[in-house]
Amino acid sequence: MEKYFQESIECASRDEIIAIQNEKLVKQVRHVWDNVPYYRKKMEAKGVTPDDIKSIDDLHKLPFLSKKDLREAYPYGLVGKPLKDCVRIQSTSGTTGKRVVAFYTQHDIDLWEDCCARAIVAAGGSKEDVCQISYGYGLFTGGPGLNGGSHKVGCLTVPTSSGNTDRQIMFIQDLQATIICCTPSYAAFLGERMKEMGYGPDDIPLKAGIFGAEAWSEEMRQDIQKTMGIKAYDIYGLTELSGPGVAFECSAQKGMHINEDHFIAEIIDPETEEVLPEGSQGELVFTAIDKEAFPMIRYRTRDICKLTREKCSCGRTHVRMAKPMGRSDDMLIIRGVNVFPSQIETVLLNHGYAANYQIIVDRKNNSDTLDVQVEMTPEMFTDNVGEIAENQKQLVDGLKSMLGIKANVTLVAPKSIARSEGKAVRVIDKRKI
Amino acid sequence: MSIKQISVFLENKPGTLKKMTGVLAAKKVDMRALSLAETKDFGIARIIVDDVFEAVNILKDADFIAKLTSVLAVKIPDVPGGLDQLLSIFSEAEVNIEYMYAFLGGSDVKSAYMIFRVADTKGAEARLTKKGLRVLTQEDIANI
Repeated sequence: MEKYFQESIECASRDEIIAIQNEKLVKQVRHVWDNVPYYRKKMEAKGVTPDDIKSIDDLHKLPFLSKKDLREAYPYGLVGKPLKDCVRIQSTSGTTGKRVVAFYTQHDIDLWEDCCARAIVAAGGSKEDVCQISYGYGLFTGGPGLNGGSHKVGCLTVPTSSGNTDRQIMFIQDLQATIICCTPSYAAFLGERMKEMGYGPDDIPLKAGIFGAEAWSEEMRQDIQKTMGIKAYDIYGLTELSGPGVAFECSAQKGMHINEDHFIAEIIDPETEEVLPEGSQGELVFTAIDKEAFPMIRYRTRDICKLTREKCSCGRTHVRMAKPMGRSDDMLIIRGVNVFPSQIETVLLNHGYAANYQIIVDRKNNSDTLDVQVEMTPEMFTDNVGEIAENQKQLVDGLKSMLGIKANVTLVAPKSIARSEGKAVRVIDKRKI
Repeated sequence: MSIKQISVFLENKPGTLKKMTGVLAAKKVDMRALSLAETKDFGIARIIVDDVFEAVNILKDADFIAKLTSVLAVKIPDVPGGLDQLLSIFSEAEVNIEYMYAFLGGSDVKSAYMIFRVADTKGAEARLTKKGLRVLTQEDIANI
């Protein structure tokens, strides 16, 4: 029996959802026009006024916001409420440029926590559960968001925050935690550590995990589910829009339901900025229609994905987004084919290599070349040249079938791929076009 | 008793092998034998050293991938037909050789040493011993 946190909204009819969106959008555009001069200027430049926005059908008339706008307006330029009405800020790590600082009123915190609570219930959570939050607490949205959601559901909340793996495992075992929330890479790490300590899937009390804040593949999901004996659910969000919980997975594990009573999703062509028909792949754009302090209108996420309104077996009616294939900034066009680093990463993991790689694109004799440098790992190394070469050949074949174009694979020494600020530099494009 | 060979992954670019010999030299590891296997873009150095565990730690600390592989070491007289005679014993014992390499030297100038990588090290060793062959131990290697 599927359970819901707010059934009347999560399972509302299409007409009901559209009515909610129409009403909230009209109100939100007026609020932004009156209170956010930065966005008002953008509207004026496009010749749009709040009177032009009568329903969600008029959404396409509004100007976009992007990361660049956030940078220009930093820190207060996009805040829609007097600071005395704001109660919190959260911030991104700033790894891809300047930090994003987002503002919240108590109303904003409430709706954000509702979204997280929906995600926890969709993962099977209830007040009977012990929910361990192993996302970082602090400026990062992961810990605070799921913490609030867990409270709303009524779970016994264990705010371990991130790190200190042995203590995490001690709490899981001693308190018999049934749900864990963290990044997928940390979940994989925790699973491996528990395995080393001799805990099999049956010895681990967890039944579900809610993992997000970074890209992860279906293969990684299967691995985590097997190692820990849990169901692993994806959760999506951006600090700009509140944090985790903008969209979440249900028991069907086939895409994430976007909380449409708070966020309107569009898919656009990242080049032409045209809105694409349903089912097309393109850049995800969100309009936050219920947020007061940081009211993002048509915010370009740079995430590339597809939306579907196909009926979901869980009973929820909100539109589902597929796991993002990657950021539009990351997309490479090689010999006319779209290639995402995440696709290459999936193939590497499938073939037993680690996700330590670098993609080098060049142009020789007017044709693009794609080289993938992969760091050798102790697991993949043997004293047998033939075996290593055979694995390498299988990797080349795997890349060809995933990408549709041929990639050369070079095996390189461990830690030889340049890293900046702890993150590997994934793509080097040497083409001069 | 089989002995341990250290297999090291080497990227095929100038200076990689030198980096490996450099870290071993700095810690005064004595290499008894070295053989290289290579393809177009990577290579594997196979080395026999006096102190295996020390050498592996040194290599790992320097970010090399180093794995231990069991191999058989045999001492033969350094005379024409020495290897041929040894291989006839391998042949009789039905031991299949994946790769092999030789080294000379040490205190015993009249001897050569052969290193063999075989599929089933333990089984091969038992069959060779039955044919009267003495397979060298780690200690023998350290004392060469």
